Amino acid sequence: MTGLWIVLAAVALALAFGGYRRLTDGKARAVSSEPTLDASRLGSELGSQATFVQFSSTVCPPCRATHRVLSELATTDPGVAHVDLDAETRLDLVDEFSVTRTPTVLLGRRRRRQAPHHRCRAARPGAGGAEPGFPPHSGLRPTDHAVTYHTQGNGDHE
Amino acid sequence: MSTPSTAAPSPAKVDPRGPRFGAVITSVLLAIIVILGPDSVVGLALLIVQTLAFAIGSLLGLQFQPWGLIFRKFIRPHLGPPAELEDAAPPRFAQTVGLVFALAALVGWVAGLPVLFYIAAAFALVAALLNAVFDFCLGCEIYLLAKRLRHPAGAGGAAA
Repeated sequence: MTGLWIVLAAVALALAFGGYRRLTDGKARAVSSEPTLDASRLGSELGSQATFVQFSSTVCPPCRATHRVLSELATTDPGVAHVDLDAETRLDLVDEFSVTRTPTVLLGRRRRRQAPHHRCRAARPGAGGAEPGFPPHSGLRPTDHAVTYHTQGNGDHE
Repeated sequence: MSTPSTAAPSPAKVDPRGPRFGAVITSVLLAIIVILGPDSVVGLALLIVQTLAFAIGSLLGLQFQPWGLIFRKFIRPHLGPPAELEDAAPPRFAQTVGLVFALAALVGWVAGLPVLFYIAAAFALVAALLNAVFDFCLGCEIYLLAKRLRHPAGAGGAAA
């Protein structure tokens, strides 16, 4: 009987965890510690309005989908930069921003002293989460906070 | 502007439905193995079969993984072409994770350590179910954690 109970517990755990990830992945949240990044540490130029810093790994299909969406965004909007980092080569940033999995995207804005301090509107992806479903750039409010943005799901819904 | 992905692309591509079909077989086998328990010889035989399947997928590559072979021979001919091919590295990494848990369960069975057997087999079952039900990206969750454990805080700062 022990084995049967363990199997039931494993099924419950898998459904609960998988369901939790389905519900919460792709939602933006504010980074509490207000960390900052500059171009020299990042190893890449910052966007004049916003910079998406993506942490990717080699064993991560959703990283590809996220890369596609963000690089397209950066191509169409000259004020937006997209930097895709191999997370395992930048464990310093991984630690600093408490990145635990990939893909994680930080959205940073340049600091402007005179800019009013708005809160960032959370970006909500479409159902399914296959694509990160970023809102149009104009939908993001100015903020000094970085925002982490987990995306999950792979490209097979496209 | 956009920088190219720094994650090195692997040339091997797979139909993503193959590993997922394999995860269904793996889930069923692991559930039976856990239910039969650490005293059942039939359970041991199934555990050895599943461990070998993980080992082949992990060490030799997905194209030799037995459940993947079943998928390609019997299932795929009845399906349309996949919407997109996927990199073989993530599912292969998942096979490696499965292999580690399956070996631990095997040690638990052989050494008479039922707690080790149950914990290891149950974790393998949870991972296989997540893969089968949610098409879960195991590598996304634990690859970076494994790297962080190997290189604790601060050790990765050389690139800064």
